[in-house]
Amino acid sequence: MSKTVLDLWVGLFVIAGIAALLFLALKVGSMTAVNVGNSYEVVARFDNIGGLKPRAPVKSAGVVVGRVASIQFDNETYEAAVTLRIDKRYQFPKDTSAAIMTSGLLGEQYIGLEAGGDDKMLKDRDRIFLTQSAVVLENLIGHLIYGKAQEGAPQ
Amino acid sequence: MTASNNDRFDSVQDDALVEIRDVVFGYGARPVLQGINLTARRGQVVAIMGSSGCGKTTLLRLIGGQVRATQGTVRVAGESLGELDAEGLYRLRRRMGMLFQFGALFTDITVFDNVAYPLREHTDLAEETIRDLVLMKLNAVGLTGAADLMPSALSGGMARRVALARAIALDPMLVMYDEPFAGLDPISLGVTGNLIRRLTDTLGLTSLVVTHDVQESLKIVDYVYFVSAGVIVAEGTAAEILASDLPYVHQFVHGEADGPVPFHYQAPAYAEDLGLRSSRA
Amino acid sequence: MLRRAIENLGSRTIDGVWRIGFAARFFVAVLLHSGTAFRRFGLTIREMYFSGVLSLIIILVSGLFVGMVLGLQGYETLQTYGSEEALGILVALSLVRELGPVVAALLFASRAGSAITAEIGLMKATEQLTAMEMMAVNPIARVIAPRFWAGVISMPFLAALFSAMGIFGGYLVGVQLIGVDEGAFWSQMQSAVDFEEDILNGIIKSVVFGVAITAIALFEGYDAPPTAEGVSGATTRTVVTSSLAVLALDFVLTAFMFRGV
Repeated sequence: MSKTVLDLWVGLFVIAGIAALLFLALKVGSMTAVNVGNSYEVVARFDNIGGLKPRAPVKSAGVVVGRVASIQFDNETYEAAVTLRIDKRYQFPKDTSAAIMTSGLLGEQYIGLEAGGDDKMLKDRDRIFLTQSAVVLENLIGHLIYGKAQEGAPQ
Repeated sequence: MTASNNDRFDSVQDDALVEIRDVVFGYGARPVLQGINLTARRGQVVAIMGSSGCGKTTLLRLIGGQVRATQGTVRVAGESLGELDAEGLYRLRRRMGMLFQFGALFTDITVFDNVAYPLREHTDLAEETIRDLVLMKLNAVGLTGAADLMPSALSGGMARRVALARAIALDPMLVMYDEPFAGLDPISLGVTGNLIRRLTDTLGLTSLVVTHDVQESLKIVDYVYFVSAGVIVAEGTAAEILASDLPYVHQFVHGEADGPVPFHYQAPAYAEDLGLRSSRA
Repeated sequence: MLRRAIENLGSRTIDGVWRIGFAARFFVAVLLHSGTAFRRFGLTIREMYFSGVLSLIIILVSGLFVGMVLGLQGYETLQTYGSEEALGILVALSLVRELGPVVAALLFASRAGSAITAEIGLMKATEQLTAMEMMAVNPIARVIAPRFWAGVISMPFLAALFSAMGIFGGYLVGVQLIGVDEGAFWSQMQSAVDFEEDILNGIIKSVVFGVAITAIALFEGYDAPPTAEGVSGATTRTVVTSSLAVLALDFVLTAFMFRGV
């Protein structure tokens, strides 16, 4: 095989490889990751965060507006302090509420933001006061099994 | 020939290119060479003969610097191989050529590229110059017509000639041949023998031939060393060797089945092995 | 009897340790002599053709089928929970995190790794490597290092192509054949797959696998006894050793990357 044909094939191979990498980066994973410069952080405290993990999405009306930056345990209030990193393009009123939701029955957990009606907007380092904890699956399943057991019990 | 001419000739003859002094070498605990002395002068074809496995190839490996002597010195062109670092060794090897037993051609490139290989690796010559040089070397071995063939398309004898062309591509001062006659038909045998002699004379090389082909090599060599069990048992010119009455040399030259080299590999007595006299029975 | 067994164990251990030491020295020598592989990049490109381009067909076809199977199986499982929309997540995450790098590496080991070992082993058996050395050309720099870097460069591209092809296969089966909602398929995937966490880690994995496979393949070839049986044995060992290495490394890397040990 002549050298130029070989070079051509390797060139095509590299182009295809880079195209595949770009496809993975842009189409499969959203590279629209919120970067530090263009975001602000707010803290929300929850009684129970369930299975929420760092980097979980923060959504409002179903749109990803940010990510969970970190999760800490507050040893004084016995609450979980969750830091949300939200894109600067999205501004929320001060009385916005945060809830931990689950996508699908067994899906991943994320934080849902419900905008309030306040005139003032959330700023960096602000706190979200209205929070709703995660639905603990064990309790739900407990309910289900309890219900089922009653249903199926011999009369 | 005048006296002065003769003197000059002698002084050139005295110039030893390869000098091996009291060399001892072993692979691990197994001794292979036990005190070898050998000299190859410039312009000579020197043969190293001996039965298979006597350490001939090891000698070539020592001269090529692939292995180092346990004791003694190996000098090539005045440089002691034991004292050279990797770079010095490579520098020296550029002035050596080696013909391997089966040619050792690079199987993934053509005959032309094989011969061009050392030129492309070690020189910055233009592609046209390389082409001229390669064709010249191929012409010297009579294979210009095979330039575009792949090595797999060559016969054993042709492959060895191509390898020879590759070995002399950088105009070395020393060419080593590892069993150049093994497995060749009589015609290729004669061709190869002639080539070795002719190239040595026309290019001013020194040739070291490791072989066990007595008849063919005695026709072309200037000097012969006989190696057996790691020592040199006999040396001399071709005529001296043919006339030698040393038992080993006699057996070797005339190909007798039994002699100082026994037919039987050392073993317990055959009868005992069969259990005829065994106490176990 | 017992003494024989202990002696046997001892000699095997010594051999094993010696071989590991030799392999380590070989690897260091390859790294030290890598200059040629980059200075004369044509050499490396040539080897990328043999290890990368020639592995493309098997990688692309396998990727497509693995993705299609993931689509079918994933759908079957997810629909029992009524979350078929998560099919995109399932296909993408399993491919990008695990199957892409690992399966592509296993295929690469059997396709390119064995070829490398056989080639180097034959070059050694036919004295081509010694001949090169006698021509004052370092075979590590001229033959081994370009193959090493070609493998290391090719591997992430092959893994990415495998994953991309697999996701396409999952899309074909899930969306086109079964009828999962197309928008949900892609958007769920995009919101769940993180660039740094998933894709970058997958790429790092494939680079590590590339290093392991080509290093093992080259070493086995270089260390092969110069006979026909020696080379064929070394080829088999390459496939077995590098496959095991890939799986073991995958476990270690996964533990570090996704568990944050």
